[in-house]
Amino acid sequence: MSEGITSTGGAAAAAPPTPNRSGLDLINLTKAFPGGTLAVDDVNLHVDHGEYVVLLGPSGCGKTTTLRMIGGHEFPTSGQILLDGQSLVELPPYKRPTTTVFQHFALFPHRSVVENVEFGLKMTGVSKEERRKKALETLQMVGLETLAERKPRQLSGGQQQRVALARVLVTNPKALLLDEPLGDLDRLLQLKMRVELRNLQRQLGLMFIHVTHNQEESLSMADRIVVMNDARIQQVDDPLTIATRPRNEHVARFMGDNNIIRGTVSEAQGSRLVITDANGVKVSVQAGNDDQRAVGAAANIAVRAAAVTVGGGAAGDINSIDTEIVFVEYLGDLVKLHLVAGGERFLAKVPGDQYPTLRGKEGDTVRICWKEEDVQLLAD
Amino acid sequence: MGGVRKRIGTWGLATYFIIFLLFIYGPMIIMAVLSFQGRYGGITFPFRGPFQGSWWQSLVDANVPGSKADEISRSAVQSLKLSAAAGAVTSIMAFGLSMAFRRRFRGDGIAFYLIMLALMTPGFLVALGTQLFWKSISWPTAIWPTALGTNTIWGIPFGFLVMLAVWNRYDDHIEEASRDLGANQLTTFREVTLPLVWTGIFGCFLFGFTLTWNDYDRTALLLNGSEAVTLPIQIFAQTQFSAIRPDLYALGSATTGLSLLVILAALAIAMIRMKLAAKSGGPEKAAIRAEETGEVAGFKVGDAPTAAASGD
Repeated sequence: MSEGITSTGGAAAAAPPTPNRSGLDLINLTKAFPGGTLAVDDVNLHVDHGEYVVLLGPSGCGKTTTLRMIGGHEFPTSGQILLDGQSLVELPPYKRPTTTVFQHFALFPHRSVVENVEFGLKMTGVSKEERRKKALETLQMVGLETLAERKPRQLSGGQQQRVALARVLVTNPKALLLDEPLGDLDRLLQLKMRVELRNLQRQLGLMFIHVTHNQEESLSMADRIVVMNDARIQQVDDPLTIATRPRNEHVARFMGDNNIIRGTVSEAQGSRLVITDANGVKVSVQAGNDDQRAVGAAANIAVRAAAVTVGGGAAGDINSIDTEIVFVEYLGDLVKLHLVAGGERFLAKVPGDQYPTLRGKEGDTVRICWKEEDVQLLAD
Repeated sequence: MGGVRKRIGTWGLATYFIIFLLFIYGPMIIMAVLSFQGRYGGITFPFRGPFQGSWWQSLVDANVPGSKADEISRSAVQSLKLSAAAGAVTSIMAFGLSMAFRRRFRGDGIAFYLIMLALMTPGFLVALGTQLFWKSISWPTAIWPTALGTNTIWGIPFGFLVMLAVWNRYDDHIEEASRDLGANQLTTFREVTLPLVWTGIFGCFLFGFTLTWNDYDRTALLLNGSEAVTLPIQIFAQTQFSAIRPDLYALGSATTGLSLLVILAALAIAMIRMKLAAKSGGPEKAAIRAEETGEVAGFKVGDAPTAAASGD
């Protein structure tokens, strides 16, 4: 599947629109709301059939508006939406080959489960027996055939979620749009549904576009993650790259548990840069070929809390700082150390079995260090 | 100490509540009791008896001396017709207006207060103004359609508020889901919107009906003198232009009873609907619990032939 994935590597690198290309293309998609607020600003994205793409970002970042434009529930101010080379922009939602699983499921409360599922077939004029048969088959697929005559409010949250899925799958969409599909479920069920939903998508081979603000959910489910902020795409990459190689400070902060150091380039030896911050903390990093910076230029870096080692390194060394422990947070598998050096906060995540030795060490000084290859140079 | 204070509080509030009920229902109950006053009794207490239904009989039987049965039955029919018409117009207009307010639009605040104005304007003045207006363009006023108009204007803000409450609890995504699944605007309205809000529309009808059924102010000045009057006007005429007889009490009790009956019928319909819905299968606690604990079968994609992805 990964051959089909085209990583644009960021907002700026827009894929040129190829006519009649298979899959979904968003081209310079922009949505301005009355009053001039830009909800979606010049979004370019290609999604292949069979791909699971997650739009991730904080609330108000434009991810839901993007999804609603694909589904036809919002109309773009400018830009193009192509599915297999055909424009969807002029089509009302009921003529689009996409269907949406809405945030709170939006089941028809006055219709039974099976009537909910067969609604889409009824609208396309499928005969009564035929659509009942197909609806029951789809309900069987989601494991709800015994509850076909229930009303939606007589189901649990997880069961309602399955009905919502069955209702859209029965219409054979070319792309499934999911708006915070797991947001209404309690945590345990959420974890279970992640796996089930992902398995379902793999077996159907359908294009899924899933909107969420939950980082962990996006990492666990997506083929590719599209991180959005302030109406723009910040980074498009596979989960591993998003988690370990955040492109800019926004992504690093939003994904969480990153140490961000803002400084200037103090040495440059080929592609290797040494960056020094206001407190004299020195960090070395390998700059990419497209991001060479001269001595004196501003440079921010990110180091994941999990890549930080506690103990080791030498005083005043590159990639090493003496810090004071502010708080020891036990998370079961992990211990999160909240540290301060020179007024800046740092985070380190160490295995949970170190908790007994770290417990009650608030106020102590520890030396932390990290490897050069774990340092990520941030754009802008 | 706390217990005593709590008991005083409970009894104090209970007394207050009983007084409250007495003020609301006392007059109606007294009227109903006196309507059974016997031939030796007058129009006030004491109740002399014997307990008999002769005043109720005079309501419907024109042969009873002094009976106004003919006028009463004619005005009752007129009232029923007018109330039903006002209810129908109110529900359609209030529903339509409320649809516009589902989204914000320029001037929606002013439009809202303009609709609400009809709720606050004194009814008698509305009728007076209406009469002056139609007279100034030499158009005679009458129950049909002038009084229907004033009564509808009175009912619309009530119905409108009912519908606003309905839309407030309504999830717009349900309509989006319908359009998403292939239903156009009209089909969505018929298949999804209307079935979900018709109880609210029926509520508008009830408001329009009962307000008109009880109205005096907005009707009295608009009569043309030749058509049958409404029931409240008939009652008022009987108190003004002839000696009060206990058959008025019977009439008052009967109209109050009808209003109650309409409300009770609406409640009964709602309860029966809820019962029927519950009968079609309550939530099986076990099934829900099974899912919460994770003991539920996952998706079985392999069995289903619907799993056709786009082939390209």
